[in-house]
Amino acid sequence: MQDNLSSGRIRKAPENFLSRDGIQTVVAEAKQGRRNFIRNAFAAAAAGAAGTSVLAQGNPVPSEGGDPNILNLPEHSTGLGQGVAADGGYGKPSRFEANVQRRQSPGLTQTTQASVSFAPLQSLFGIITPSGLHFERHHQGWWDIDPSKHRLMVNGMVKAAKVFTMDEIMRLPSVSRIHFIECGANTAVEWGNVAVPTVQYTHGMVSCSEFTGVPLITLLELAGADLKKGKFVLAEGADGSSMTRTIPMELITSGEVIVAYGQNGEMLRPEQGYPLRLVVPGVQGVSWVKYLRRIEVGDMPYAAKDEAVHYIDLQPSGLHRQYTSIQECKSVVTTPSGGQVLLDKGFYNISGLAWSGRGKVKHVDVSVDGGRNWRRARLESPVATKALTRFNLDWVWDGKPAIIQSRATDETGYVQPTYKQLRAVRGTRSIYHNNAIQSWLVQESGEVKNVQVS
Amino acid sequence: MSRFLNAVLMAALLAAAGVAQAQSTKYPGVGRNATPKEVAAWDIDVRPDFKGLPAGSGSVAKGQDVWEGKCAHCHGIFGESGEVFSPLVGGTTAEDIKTGRVAKLTDPSFPGRTTLMKVSTVSTLWDYINRAMPWNAPKSLSTDEVYAVTAFLLNLGGIVPDNYVLSDKNIREVQARMPNRNGMTTEHAMWPGPEFSKVRKPDTSNVACMKDCTPEPKVASFLPDYARNAHGNLAEQNRMVGPQHGADTTKPEPKGPGAAAAAATVAAAVPAKEQAKPAAAKPAAGGADNKATLALLSKYSCTACHAMDKKLVGPSFVDIAKKHAGKADYLAGKIKSGGSGVWGPIPMPAQSLSEAEAKTIAAWLAAGAGK
Repeated sequence: MQDNLSSGRIRKAPENFLSRDGIQTVVAEAKQGRRNFIRNAFAAAAAGAAGTSVLAQGNPVPSEGGDPNILNLPEHSTGLGQGVAADGGYGKPSRFEANVQRRQSPGLTQTTQASVSFAPLQSLFGIITPSGLHFERHHQGWWDIDPSKHRLMVNGMVKAAKVFTMDEIMRLPSVSRIHFIECGANTAVEWGNVAVPTVQYTHGMVSCSEFTGVPLITLLELAGADLKKGKFVLAEGADGSSMTRTIPMELITSGEVIVAYGQNGEMLRPEQGYPLRLVVPGVQGVSWVKYLRRIEVGDMPYAAKDEAVHYIDLQPSGLHRQYTSIQECKSVVTTPSGGQVLLDKGFYNISGLAWSGRGKVKHVDVSVDGGRNWRRARLESPVATKALTRFNLDWVWDGKPAIIQSRATDETGYVQPTYKQLRAVRGTRSIYHNNAIQSWLVQESGEVKNVQVS
Repeated sequence: MSRFLNAVLMAALLAAAGVAQAQSTKYPGVGRNATPKEVAAWDIDVRPDFKGLPAGSGSVAKGQDVWEGKCAHCHGIFGESGEVFSPLVGGTTAEDIKTGRVAKLTDPSFPGRTTLMKVSTVSTLWDYINRAMPWNAPKSLSTDEVYAVTAFLLNLGGIVPDNYVLSDKNIREVQARMPNRNGMTTEHAMWPGPEFSKVRKPDTSNVACMKDCTPEPKVASFLPDYARNAHGNLAEQNRMVGPQHGADTTKPEPKGPGAAAAAATVAAAVPAKEQAKPAAAKPAAGGADNKATLALLSKYSCTACHAMDKKLVGPSFVDIAKKHAGKADYLAGKIKSGGSGVWGPIPMPAQSLSEAEAKTIAAWLAAGAGK
């Protein structure tokens, strides 16, 4: 420990927790070989803070009278930097951001082609997910398809089956809208108990982008679709799995469903269905068919594999709910969250994401005592319909254990349920559509744990 | 005859008029009519009422042949394997076939749910096998092979007898025997629109209480200590700066006030070059070549059945490399032709990659299967 203290210039801890008096106490007591010196020093620091209203400093003045990062000018202040387009014409994140990656959850799947990578929600700001960090879900591997050879067909109960090239689709009037996409199985592993450590793995199958494309209704009208008798629409992908899902007509006629080619100002990423995917706002990700090649109008639902074998929700009765689609109102605190460590007592900005498949988020409440008492969080703008909404709340951590939760209410008045409420209706084997309130335990040590409370 | 011709002509004219109408909308010049040939090539979906099902047939016996060659290496000889995907067969009974409800779905202690326990519509099986199977060569089965494989799968579940020949003529009889045909409900508020159910009210109704809402909460579930590092070192999964850093999960959890913070700040002070390690894979000797080979393994879905250093369906690459060190020609041949018996009874199907690609992979294996 003495070694740690003597090299404190690099190793900031544990001085971070302590006032200067506290540090001296630590040094003195360490010399005396007291085993519990940290605890005592911590108490001394806390007492000092209480007495002077000055909290422990996370960035203490080093003994040489100033921070070497200030006193010794670094190379980037004294040399010539790099030129334009030095990165091959497409910029990349800083090399210091290498920890911010989408990741597979170990042991979840046996292949990478029918698998998931989770978005690092703990490291993201605002509501837009960077396209390269957008969660991935593939059923039979992803492809990078030549857009000049990609076609979209509209057939079924239409006056004339139609074929469109990408050139033609991109000629049509376009809309750009911000929407979340959440996998129906997001948070699935947590139905029964805590199973994974961080928000990346508990909630990382949600992302949010600005999508650009053509309302599907425009293409249906071009084909002369019979929307009186044709109450169901099938969407089909061009990849090996040729994913199919029955798409709700209500969201098509409302103009909400988009045949999208754009994502966050550029074309869709190949992992997200380049060059064409369906955007079905508020509905689970599996319906947002990627590599979209065909739309069929019909008069009955299709019972595709992913609506008759998977993406069906088992209820305690033994019945499966079929055609569950809407992602109900949900929220999660992303910082502080599981697997993180609070570096100090004092001020923190509790920050998180809320969303609802039924419209806008109306408000988000945050508890730091496991759901006994709640405070209303600030919603950052924009608050868009069926989009991620960022919330923030001021918090001063007193160093004692705290259980942080968030609870979202949407514009229909629906309030995000507790685990107890959700399990009372759906049991624990539903797999899909877990939108329960998440709990993070901040321990005295500063480390945050994923927990469920009773 | 002339009346018939007239009728044909008239129909053609009407169709043309209809088409013209469809095209003369707000967006002239955008889109064209699909030809019947084009529609036939892509419109492959089969609905629960069997609209879209092509004529054909296939026996259980033929299905078994196809199965053992193209399906068993992932799904197991009896569709029971859970090594690569969830098991297809198991958990259904003769009684379920009578009732149309799979009884084991009400038993929370029954492990897992197989495809035959869940699926309510036989059309779903036919449609999916036809469009997406086999895993690494989707849409390569003939119509009769799809019937045969479907028949074999149904036979494994005791739904059709050993001598059954499934066809478009008798598939409705099979539907009436599906074990979970009555096991679905659409009575819920999670479909937008009125098509399925009148239920509009969500099934939970929390209230936004603000003060003294619950008794003292107790922690009921958390990860056990032994799982601390199961998802990798969380210190490397958080940004190196920020209000919180990632916990170093390679070490036991620090106890006591502020103890984790001490460890985390130490972790954060590790030079950025070290931090960046997980992103930049360390190139081994011949790293560039290995990378190209690894891309091939992924491209041809070898990794669906073979993992680098553990057994999946087939042996690990490392084990193959040990057993057949230096035997590049033998391995290239095996990759192309497939086979069984060397590593166990589960066959490896013949692979449709080029000679050169097979040799590349074989050379990589023969040289030790390096990363």
